[in-house]
Amino acid sequence: MKRIALLGMPNTGKSTLFNRLTGSASRVGNWPGITVELLSGKILLGGEIVEIIDLPGIYDMHGFSEDEQVVRHFLHENVPDLALVVLNATQIERQLSLILQLKTFNLNMMVLLNMADEAKKLGITIDAAKMTASLGIPIFLLSAKYGNGYPEALQAITKALRFNTPGMPETVRSQLEQDEHIEREMTRILQQTVQIPARLSDNLTTRLDRIMLHPWLGLPIFFGIMYLLFQAIFLFGQPLQVGVNELFGWLRETAIGPLLHNLPAALQGLMLDGVYNGIATVAAFVPLIVLFFLFMAIVEDTGYLSRAAFLMDALMARMGLDGRSFVMLLMGFGCNVPALMGTRVMRSRSLRLLSMLVIPFSLCSARLQVFVFITAALFSPKAAPLVLFSLYLFSFAAAILTALLFKRYYPNNEPFVLELPPYRFPTIRQMLMRGWHEVFQFLQRASKFIVAGVVLVWLLTNLPPSARPASADTWAGILGTWLHPLFAPVGITPDLTIALIFGFVAKEIVIGSLAVIYGLSGQALSGALAQQVDWVQAYSFMLFTLIYTPCLSTIATLRNESNSTGFAWFSIVWSLALAWLLSFMFYQGARALGY
Amino acid sequence: MNANLSDSSMTLSSMNPGEIATIVSIHTDDALHQRLLAMGFRAGKQIELIRKARFSGPLQVRIGTTDILMRKAEAEKIMVQV
Repeated sequence: MKRIALLGMPNTGKSTLFNRLTGSASRVGNWPGITVELLSGKILLGGEIVEIIDLPGIYDMHGFSEDEQVVRHFLHENVPDLALVVLNATQIERQLSLILQLKTFNLNMMVLLNMADEAKKLGITIDAAKMTASLGIPIFLLSAKYGNGYPEALQAITKALRFNTPGMPETVRSQLEQDEHIEREMTRILQQTVQIPARLSDNLTTRLDRIMLHPWLGLPIFFGIMYLLFQAIFLFGQPLQVGVNELFGWLRETAIGPLLHNLPAALQGLMLDGVYNGIATVAAFVPLIVLFFLFMAIVEDTGYLSRAAFLMDALMARMGLDGRSFVMLLMGFGCNVPALMGTRVMRSRSLRLLSMLVIPFSLCSARLQVFVFITAALFSPKAAPLVLFSLYLFSFAAAILTALLFKRYYPNNEPFVLELPPYRFPTIRQMLMRGWHEVFQFLQRASKFIVAGVVLVWLLTNLPPSARPASADTWAGILGTWLHPLFAPVGITPDLTIALIFGFVAKEIVIGSLAVIYGLSGQALSGALAQQVDWVQAYSFMLFTLIYTPCLSTIATLRNESNSTGFAWFSIVWSLALAWLLSFMFYQGARALGY
Repeated sequence: MNANLSDSSMTLSSMNPGEIATIVSIHTDDALHQRLLAMGFRAGKQIELIRKARFSGPLQVRIGTTDILMRKAEAEKIMVQV
């Protein structure tokens, strides 16, 4: 099978082009010579199946960053039949160096000058025919976003693939002296083929940035935008999530339940409350992830994410994080899972890991449900909002404390040098692609883990068969009793300990599990809860619920995104330790004060 | 890259918004140096400081047609001449 490698600098629209070329038929895979996974897709070109690989965006073939090394090692071990180099036409004067560097490798190569539409608007004219002749490499102007010039390029790619691949020279890396030769070549070709106005016109980006990055207005605008995004995800996401839950409930009542009703009761329970509920849990995340990435695509593709990084960096740098971490932390208040997936925009691994360690402390909407129920049951209507607000403060405090404590173990050695792209309108197609891609990856990677976890908790709370489900006689109950010496100092009763075990799966089912444990629901459950525990115990329980592991889906995502089981365990252990410590300090402190 | 530092040279971080200067030398480690070179940072090139973020946050600079954000720590390693 012929192989095409997609190469280019960051911010050239390389991934947009990749998506356009492969549609949704892409997959993540491993390649010889490199340790990171790359996205690739197979397409039909001129009656032949061709594989396209999206390589990381790089600035320099001779550079030493992780991405640059990945590209070099990939090319070394997997010489492509065609290297498709994507350049940003608006930055042609500095991106041309990559082409000249690549040219020395003797690769079968073709150049796509992307964002031709934007270059035209800026008054940059490029003579593609002359440049083709000057470089000795076919050059095409196109707009991957709108598809202009795309058919011509595709035709040329098909043609180029018919040539035989010349061998890739063993010595890929040339010495730094060669860069001077490249510089001279660049000047010569640019002088002959490209005209750039001396000073770029005072365009929309400059004018917008004057407001968006304003010394005083910048931050309030940023928080306003974040608030709106958060509200929008809530506004659209919650009804969708409720809808998905209802759909699965309805399916269970009308189809799955009757289908299984001949099975023994225990097996029926395992299938319905274990496996089926696990699948429903996975499904409930789908609308949130789609929405989140739809909105993230807007923030990222418009170029606002880099601006948010500019605005928030001063504060976050002191915590060993950067501006982008803060955006993800805020998004975590909606749902931790997509926020963790969103950390992929960061290049530095240690920065990503530290952000991923911090995000699970964001008080997500599922935890909010638990807190609303308990505060309503145990606090006066006047005190309840204050209690909720204090929990939000604890959420931020836990995140900041964690970042400060662990920043030296995740030293961010990647210098913060980011390109600030001009504002752009994202296309609907780009946004939908992004949402679909992320959901697909979530389903592919996390679903088995979540279903297995839900089944495990079902078994714990239903075995041995003689015990009443979720009672003290079940394995979960025994575990709760066994853990009692650990939870007594923080004021959490054995009944509530079982609820915490449920909460490990998902916070959405904590109240439901309390209903099963007490055999009551709604108002009656509130009443029973108020009789069983006092407000100090309830607040300690809420603190613990806030800080410890948010849910199985978060753990599954954490493990997949970090590609490290050890890191996922570390996150679980640290959050449990911090949860216990904070609850202990609160509970014992309140008791000492006589409450 | 070590050009003679004349009296009028200073670090990029001490420039004021709106000022245009010429890069004199870059004193970062190799990896960042490579990246800066690829982004268009070279001795003799013109650089404009667009703005600085509040609370000693990052700087926005412009080289040619490209806008770049960098932290103060990195900008302190780039010498310029107004």
